[in-house]
Amino acid sequence: MKKITLTVNGKKISVQAHPFARLLDVIREGLELTGTKEGCGEGECGACSVLLDGELVNSCLVPVLQANGKAILTVEGLSKKSLCPLQKSFMKCGGAQCGICTPGMLIASQALKKKKKRLSPKDIREGLAGNLCRCTGYSQIIESIQKSGGRT
Amino acid sequence: MRGYLPDYTFESANSLKKALSFCEAGAKPFAGGTDLMVLFEAGLLAPGKYLDISRLKELKGIKNSKTQVTLGALTTYSQIRNHLILTKQFPILGLASREVGALAIQNRGTIGGNIANASPAADFPPGLLVYDAKIQLISTKGIRTLDYNRFHLGYKKTELRQDELVLSVSLKPEFQKYHHFWRKVGNRRAQAISKTMMAGIAKTTKKTIQDIRIAFGSVGPTAARCYHVESFLKGKAINTQNIQEAKQLLSKDIHPIDDIRSTGKYRLRVSQNVLEEFLCGIG
Repeated sequence: MKKITLTVNGKKISVQAHPFARLLDVIREGLELTGTKEGCGEGECGACSVLLDGELVNSCLVPVLQANGKAILTVEGLSKKSLCPLQKSFMKCGGAQCGICTPGMLIASQALKKKKKRLSPKDIREGLAGNLCRCTGYSQIIESIQKSGGRT
Repeated sequence: MRGYLPDYTFESANSLKKALSFCEAGAKPFAGGTDLMVLFEAGLLAPGKYLDISRLKELKGIKNSKTQVTLGALTTYSQIRNHLILTKQFPILGLASREVGALAIQNRGTIGGNIANASPAADFPPGLLVYDAKIQLISTKGIRTLDYNRFHLGYKKTELRQDELVLSVSLKPEFQKYHHFWRKVGNRRAQAISKTMMAGIAKTTKKTIQDIRIAFGSVGPTAARCYHVESFLKGKAINTQNIQEAKQLLSKDIHPIDDIRSTGKYRLRVSQNVLEEFLCGIG
């Protein structure tokens, strides 16, 4: 076991973990932040997406030692007092149905919006290509992002 | 079933020197994890000592000079696809980077890992082969440079010794006058492992091929140049008859097999069609 220091959603914390433990498990079980979901466990579905030092990653593919000293944003960190514009837009446009993919979709959308202000449908499709949804057919998700306004 | 954590040790190396001595003592390098963590999840990652090399600054960065471009082994696909000069000089590398997995994979996967993991379906090797890249390998004994063409020896077999790390890949920016072509064929645009893929560059004058280089991946134990097709096409005019002959000759250069992703027959047929697409585009 090793002491791992992370800044999670702006808050600095330390946890004891096996250095090869998946960041996903440390987030869900160690920190009890269960918003981040596990889907495939092999980097295909994007349900476990988080931002690591601002970069979109699959937390199931990151051993926690590689995140030591870095900043992590999970879905819990998107909203402060009220829901963020992206979350509101997902609600309004029907971008969430069963909800399993939603945290990953929101994080991937956040990563996209941070990189580029004006997103074309093509940018959005490419940016979300690693996030699978089996309910909505994607159109509502793309619409949610397009209608979520400028900065998040 | 997922690997059992106590079977693994994982340490961070804070200097290249230290990393190389760990490797000499038998530790296995771990960079972006986009291949190794998938094996871990499936319970197929060999137990043992792993070394986190992801923080080694000596293996990072893209260096540009007039005569040479050097990519550190830890260069990610995202860094490549977003690099304006590199993607202009070597368009195939940019196009291939955009089609590896999806953004989250592109942010983590490294060029050194793509090469050292030595999957026949890796997306980088065909481009490196047509651009005549060189590869630098480093150990406590020093650095050796090889033609990239000589690096892959067979299925999952490479020149890389246990005590060595991939240091960098270097390329000469001498393809401004060439037509560049890249095509990956998979089940979908993103998150697909290729059934076949082709990198091609060609220089023509007055509809005659002066120089041409073609490499395929996913259709043999390693990515490989297509020397039969290349030598047939050199000096020839681009016309229907020559294109048809080149397509027939391709079966001498590639040897696709049936596996979980596709069949040998389909792969050969599609590879021939992709070759035709390339040749039709260069005239």
